[in-house]
Amino acid sequence: MDQEPEWDIRAGPGGEVVLAAEGSWTVGAVADLDRRITRTQLNGAKQARIDASGLTRLDTAGAWLLYRARRDLSVDGVAVELSGLDSQYAPLLDLVEQADLAHPEIDREQENPFVVLVGRVGKAVCDAGEEAVCLLNFLGLTIVTMLRVITRPRRMRFISLVNQIEQTGLNAMWIVGLLLFMIGVVLAFQSAEQLRKFAAEILTADGLAILVLREIGVLIAAILIAGRSGSAFTAEIGMMKVNEEVDALRTTGVDPVEVLVLPRINALILTLPLLAFFANVAALAGGTIMSVATLDVTYTQFVRQLADAMTFKNFLVGMVKAPVFAFLIGLVGCYEGLQVGGSAESIGRLTTKSVVESIVLVILADATFSIVFSFLGI
Amino acid sequence: MENIVIKVRGLRTQFGAQVVHDELDLDIQAGQVVGIVGGSGTGKSVLLRTILGLNTPRAGDIEVLNENIRDASDTLQQRCGVLFQNGALFSSLTVAENIQVPMREHLQLPRKLMDELAALKISMVGLPPDAGPKYPSELSGGMKKRAGLARALSLDPEILFLDEPTAGLDPIGAAAFDNLIAELQKSLGLTVFMVTHDLDSLSAICDSIAVLVDKRVRLATMAEHMKDPHPWIQSYFHGPRARAALDG
Repeated sequence: MDQEPEWDIRAGPGGEVVLAAEGSWTVGAVADLDRRITRTQLNGAKQARIDASGLTRLDTAGAWLLYRARRDLSVDGVAVELSGLDSQYAPLLDLVEQADLAHPEIDREQENPFVVLVGRVGKAVCDAGEEAVCLLNFLGLTIVTMLRVITRPRRMRFISLVNQIEQTGLNAMWIVGLLLFMIGVVLAFQSAEQLRKFAAEILTADGLAILVLREIGVLIAAILIAGRSGSAFTAEIGMMKVNEEVDALRTTGVDPVEVLVLPRINALILTLPLLAFFANVAALAGGTIMSVATLDVTYTQFVRQLADAMTFKNFLVGMVKAPVFAFLIGLVGCYEGLQVGGSAESIGRLTTKSVVESIVLVILADATFSIVFSFLGI
Repeated sequence: MENIVIKVRGLRTQFGAQVVHDELDLDIQAGQVVGIVGGSGTGKSVLLRTILGLNTPRAGDIEVLNENIRDASDTLQQRCGVLFQNGALFSSLTVAENIQVPMREHLQLPRKLMDELAALKISMVGLPPDAGPKYPSELSGGMKKRAGLARALSLDPEILFLDEPTAGLDPIGAAAFDNLIAELQKSLGLTVFMVTHDLDSLSAICDSIAVLVDKRVRLATMAEHMKDPHPWIQSYFHGPRARAALDG
């Protein structure tokens, strides 16, 4: 069994100071030994001997303490001799000594936390600016490639396009329909509560129609697609980047933007308006069912009111945003995918970044549309 | 009889209908360096993972340091160090913090001593002093392996498991890594169990070689394997690459 580690100062024969290291000096016991060694006081003795003959076990952590005790005492001007060490531990002590000599301790300067903070803020701002420039650059590249492909329609990747339409459009219908239906229910319920105070419950239909057609339908659909397809774009392209598939395409003379980026962006531009239309239908259906169920109106009354409020203008105001949102989501998703470096670690980080960025850009674009429309008086 | 640190009896591992090991027995003596070789798909890494308890075998018993791994105590993990193929460093921690993870988890050491010990291990595995505060993503493949080795050695284990330690290193780096393992093994008195395909490592540092053939292990020294009539072993140890490694 392991013996208790010991570190004692004893008086040897002839007034010599003996430091006795005994027992098992292993990593499990070094915390205590460390404390005792640092407290060692030699009371001005100029010579000492470490007696290691009582050591029963030694590992690197213990060897380090033994070596360090000797080194620190030597620095204080005490001549220390080591005796009685079992020859089997000699290579261990040599190893520790060599390791320490190879790495002289460097006192790292403690940085001022305020300076660090300012530095980080500055770096974040510069990074964001750089990122914006790179994204703008990628926008230009995408548009140029798009124009080049349009003049030669045979270069369009139809199979890939159809595949992407299925993934981003068809497969998203269920979730978009379900969520927008529920949002319609919530909207109708909340506005009816308020309008009831003015005995104007029937105006719930007007509110619902305008809100859904102009804003909610397309915006929520776009946010869902950013989370669902934008992240998928980043992960897919990122994985291809890690596997060096993108480099393989380049060396084969195939433009990655043409085969990877364009089909995805085009698919989104085609499907998001359709999804937005579907989202409008689902939200209006949810709102209608909720209103008829809870308000004192008949189905015919409510639908007639709704139909009056659903002007073609309101519909267009919402719809015109869809391709723009789609372009932004696709652009950011593909851009971040291509930013993935050599290791798989960056895929996760960039996927998160892509979703956040595309949602921010979608909402920014929505706000811009609102401002422009209000200036134009639409 | 010498001290047996790894004892495998009647091991059977199976994935679906595919039997990887069947009735496999293996004894490894303390203080030896054992290399496992075998064709691809013969389950070298599976054997390593099974001994570490990461795979549950269908049948059989495995004892590491006289403890059955099925009901092993917590301290068994402290007595084994593992270097995974690509280092498996925790990417959110620096190299020094990676080395301190086992210390933090199992021991209560003062901060300063942990920093000293981390610096010591970093130096022991031959990394430059400035590697400590770096993140794994800033290291090259060879440096990651050295950092992984430093983490594996963090608690001074008795057995060191290595999964293809020299794969992906250039010949000079691989030879340096071999030397490092041999040196550490000698001064720390480790038992080393490694999966490798590197014939140079096998001839340079392994005391004995475990060859996985026919779902079992044949443990012998290099010289004994050379005389084995089994066709796979013949072609492995008498192929042109083997001859080049052995002559050189």
